Amino acid sequence: MNDRHDIHMTVNGEPHSVTVPARKLLADCLREDLRLTGTHVGCEQGVCGACTVVMDGRPVRSCLLFAVQAQGAELETIESLGQSAEDLHPVQQAFWDHHGLQCGFCTPGMVLTAKALLEENPRPTEDEIREAIAGNICRCTGYVFIIDAIQAAAERLAAEAPVDG
Amino acid sequence: MKPSRFDYFAPGSVDECVALLAEHGEDAKLLAGGQSLVPLMNLRLAAPEVLIDLNGVGELDYVREDADRLVIGAMTRHREVASDAVGTACPMLAHAAGLIGYPPIRNRGTLGGSLVHADPASELPCVALTVDAELVAVGPGGRRTIPAGDFFLSHFTTALDPSELLVEVRFPRTAEDDRWGFVEFSRKSGDFAIAAVAVDLRLRDGRLERARVGVAGVGERPWRATAAEQTLTADGPAPDVLQRAAEDAGEQAAAAADGYRGHVVATLTRRALDAALTRNGAR
Repeated sequence: MNDRHDIHMTVNGEPHSVTVPARKLLADCLREDLRLTGTHVGCEQGVCGACTVVMDGRPVRSCLLFAVQAQGAELETIESLGQSAEDLHPVQQAFWDHHGLQCGFCTPGMVLTAKALLEENPRPTEDEIREAIAGNICRCTGYVFIIDAIQAAAERLAAEAPVDG
Repeated sequence: MKPSRFDYFAPGSVDECVALLAEHGEDAKLLAGGQSLVPLMNLRLAAPEVLIDLNGVGELDYVREDADRLVIGAMTRHREVASDAVGTACPMLAHAAGLIGYPPIRNRGTLGGSLVHADPASELPCVALTVDAELVAVGPGGRRTIPAGDFFLSHFTTALDPSELLVEVRFPRTAEDDRWGFVEFSRKSGDFAIAAVAVDLRLRDGRLERARVGVAGVGERPWRATAAEQTLTADGPAPDVLQRAAEDAGEQAAAAADGYRGHVVATLTRRALDAALTRNGAR
């Protein structure tokens, strides 16, 4: 059985090389091999969204990918955003300001999903926000403050963005 | 839980895939987008000994227009299938693809994977069956074309041989006289549909020259509501006929499953017909 695979990937701008068995999930590789434990593992069946990471520019479930499939990929995890209270990304800051989290388990996936939404659709309606986060389960907040936070982040990012034309 | 051990292969071409399938036979599973297979492996409901990853087979990722068809490679992601590039030629297909799961699921999941997985509740098998798509498979004996009507056999079971892989799907282009509607019912956006109904109509001189009605989520595979189709082509698009056709579809669903699904399918069929004839769409 050829069960040792050497893979090379870029995570948060840094090159990494790891040797993994084929069955190792990308989420577990990030957490165990790279010690990037910000990526949370909830349901392991693609339903909860806690393990969402950005692969080659698009959000994906890291529990539904094998680490071997990330060969050559560019990955972004929650650790690519602000690491301290002083340098939070506008989406993180908005979650802080609007109480968009309680226990925090869903937050890494929620923040990365919200960030991807705002990159694609800078001024989403409430319905569009609800649709975008439908695949991220939060059992604390009831979502209301999360939606407030994403709306506030949209405004903040729009104010920071260069004006068109 | 975690998947059990398997041997992993990442071929770069269809020929290599066919050779690997020939070598490993029924021990092997093809990995497309993995949005259904990997959950099953994580839960150990599936434990293939060999996994053949199609994600490096670039020749299976394309969208091409023929004179009267849209031809899509099996490894085209739902995100692309849901895009305007597909939507202008086959709006119902693009709309249905946009209803699958959530954006991260659509970023990975593929057209071919969804069709071959053949979940009776999923959107794309229902659309393929409704519009009479053609599926192209490659195996050791070469290529063959399978009509969608012959492809879906039962729960998670298709007409593909274990030595074959799906490479391409051909959808008829939606013409100017065509009207379509796709409506599904689920408890929450992105969940599996409790039921879904697709309708594909051709309206000419006030009559329905063609009426196709497909149903998902009821029974072991998607199916065509034949009695409803006959009612529509015989009697045309008047409101009372639409209602009769919806009730025909509901009766067929109730016989296949239960009264609740019969009621849901009747309601969805009426909504899909109304959407097709009034707004040409689904919402």
